[in-house]
Amino acid sequence: MAMALPGSARRRVGRGRSNESASTAWAITAWIVGLIAFFPVLYMFLTGFKSEAEAVELPPKLVFNPTFENYADVFGIDFWPFFRNSIVASLSSTALVMLLAVPCAYALALRRPKKWKDVLFFFISTRFMPPAGAIVPLYILFSANGDPKLFGFGLDLLNTMQGLVILYTAMNLPIAVWMLRSFLEEVPRDVLDAARVDGAGLFREMTQIVLPMITPGLVATMFISIIFAWNEFFFAFNLASVGTSTVPIFMVRFVTGEGLFWAKLAASCTMGVLPIVLLGWVAQRQLVRGLSMGAVK
Amino acid sequence: MAVAERSFAGVPRPEERPSFMRRLANQPVGRLLILPALVYAILVTQLPFLLTIWYSLQRWNLNRPERRAFVGLDNYWFLLTRDPTFREAAVNTAVFIVAAVFLSLLLGLLYAELVNHKFPGRGIVRTLLITPFLIMPAAASLTWKYQLFNPNFGVINWFTRSVLPGEVSPNWLGNFPAGSVITVLVWRWAPFMMLILLAGMQSISEEVREAVRVDGATAWQEFRDITFPHLSRFLQLGGLLGTVFIVQEIDPIYMLTKGGPASQSTTLPYLVYEKARESFDVGRGAALGVIVVLISIVSITLLLRLLDRLIKEA
Repeated sequence: MAMALPGSARRRVGRGRSNESASTAWAITAWIVGLIAFFPVLYMFLTGFKSEAEAVELPPKLVFNPTFENYADVFGIDFWPFFRNSIVASLSSTALVMLLAVPCAYALALRRPKKWKDVLFFFISTRFMPPAGAIVPLYILFSANGDPKLFGFGLDLLNTMQGLVILYTAMNLPIAVWMLRSFLEEVPRDVLDAARVDGAGLFREMTQIVLPMITPGLVATMFISIIFAWNEFFFAFNLASVGTSTVPIFMVRFVTGEGLFWAKLAASCTMGVLPIVLLGWVAQRQLVRGLSMGAVK
Repeated sequence: MAVAERSFAGVPRPEERPSFMRRLANQPVGRLLILPALVYAILVTQLPFLLTIWYSLQRWNLNRPERRAFVGLDNYWFLLTRDPTFREAAVNTAVFIVAAVFLSLLLGLLYAELVNHKFPGRGIVRTLLITPFLIMPAAASLTWKYQLFNPNFGVINWFTRSVLPGEVSPNWLGNFPAGSVITVLVWRWAPFMMLILLAGMQSISEEVREAVRVDGATAWQEFRDITFPHLSRFLQLGGLLGTVFIVQEIDPIYMLTKGGPASQSTTLPYLVYEKARESFDVGRGAALGVIVVLISIVSITLLLRLLDRLIKEA
C-alpha cells in the first residue's frame, strides 16, 4: 500500500450507525481521554486568572471570579521584551528559511541536478543531529574573542538576536526544504511543460505559475518554522541573555528570580504559548507533513 | 552522514581557465538554486561539528586557559572509564528514549484509534489531543512541576490523597525523577505519534474495512487484522523520528529536575550542557557531544533509509 494517497482517496473512516450504544461509549471514552490530556493546559490557563491565594487552593476551583491582575503584573515585570524577541526571532528566521528553501526545494523537485538525492539527505541529516554536538564550538565561535588559537577572532554573536536567527534558520531549513519539495512534486508536469512552451523564464515559471499553486504548502511551511523557532529553548538558553532572550528564558528567570507566584507564572505561560497554540490549531492538518519531513501527507 | 559538497566540475574551455564567477554562471540552473541553502547548512551545522571533534581532543577549561593542550583521546578515555556521571547519564538516556518512545507510540496509537471513528465533537477532541505538542516545552514543564507534581499543592497529589486510601502523597520529582520526566515527555510526544498514525489509518482503503465489517468483525478484530498490520511502517517512522527528536529535548529535564536528584535524571545531552556551560570544560563537553552524535547516528541512519523508501513509493 502506498504510504501517501492523494487527498481524494483519503476518506474519513467511520463506523456505521448500527450500534448506537457502542458509539456513545466510544464518544464518551474519547472525550474523557481528550480532556485528561488537555487538563494541564486548561489548568494553566485557568490559574492565570486566579488570585495567588486561589492558585494554590485545593480542591482546585474551576469556578471563580476571574482577575486580569496577573497579566498586568507580568507586563509590569518586563515580559514584553522577551515576547517581542520571540516574535522577531521566529519571524525573521522564517523569512530567511523561505528565502533559502524555496529555490532549493524547487530545484530538488522540478529541476533536478545530478546527485539531488544526496543533497536532500544531507539536509535532513543536519536536522537529526543533536544540537548538543555543536553547542560547545558555537559558544566559542559566537563569543567576542573566539578561540585565540584558531581564527583569533570571534563573531561576537553571543547575546544577540542575529545569533539566534542564524541558528533557527539552520534548524528549520531542512524541514522546509523537505516539506516544500513534497508539495512541489504534486505540481502537474503538463502545467510546467505548458509554461515552458509559452517561453516563460525560470523566474516567471516559479513566481507566477508554480508558487501560487502551492500557497497552502508555503503557508504551512512557514507555520511549522515559526512554531519550532518560537518554542526553541536550548540555543536561546545557552547563547542569549538579558535583553535578547526569548519567552522560554523569561519562564526560567521568572521561576529562579521571583519565587513562587503560580498565578503570575501561569499567566505568563499562557501568553507565551497562545500564539503558537492558535497557529497550530489552524495548521493541524499540515503539521504531520512537516513533522514527518513530508513523508506522510 | 554528512554528504560532502560535490566539486562543481563545470567543463572548462580549452583555451583559457574561466574565472570562478564564469564557471558558476555556467552551472545548470538546478545547482545554482540549491547552492545558497547548501552552503548555509554546511557552514552553520557542519563546521561547528568539525570543531566539536577538534575540541574533543584537547584539554581546555575556560577557567584555566593556560593549561590548554592537545591530549588525543584522553577526554573520551576519562568519560568512558572514570566518570561515574557519564555512565549514569548513558543508562538514563537509553531508559528515557526507550520508555518515552515506546509509551508515546502506545498512547499515540490509542489517541489515533479513538479519533479515527466518527462521534460528536471528534474535531474538538483531536484538537485537544494535539495541543500538548504545541505548548512550549518550557511552559508545559513548569506547569507540570508546580501545579501538577508539587507534593503539597499539586493536583496529582490532591487526587491521590482524596481518592486513594491512606493519604498517599509522594514527592514525584524527588523520588521518581526519571518517571516524572518521562511522563511529561510522553504527554508531549503522544500527539505527534497520533498525527503520524492517524495519517496511516486514513490511508487504509474503506473497501477493505467494509469487507471485514460485513463479515461481522468486531472493532478489536478490525484493529488487529487490518489497521495494525498496515501501520507497521508508520510505527517505524514515528518511533525513529521520536528517537531522534526526544534525544534533543533537554528543556523538560532542566525545568523539572535540573538532572537531579544527584544525576538520576541526567541524560547525555543534558550532561553536555552541564559540562560546557556550568563547569566550562570545553574538551570534555565536546567529547560528550561527539559521543551523543555517534549514538544518534544509528537511529539517524535507520531513519534516512526509511525516508528513502518512503520517497520512492510516493
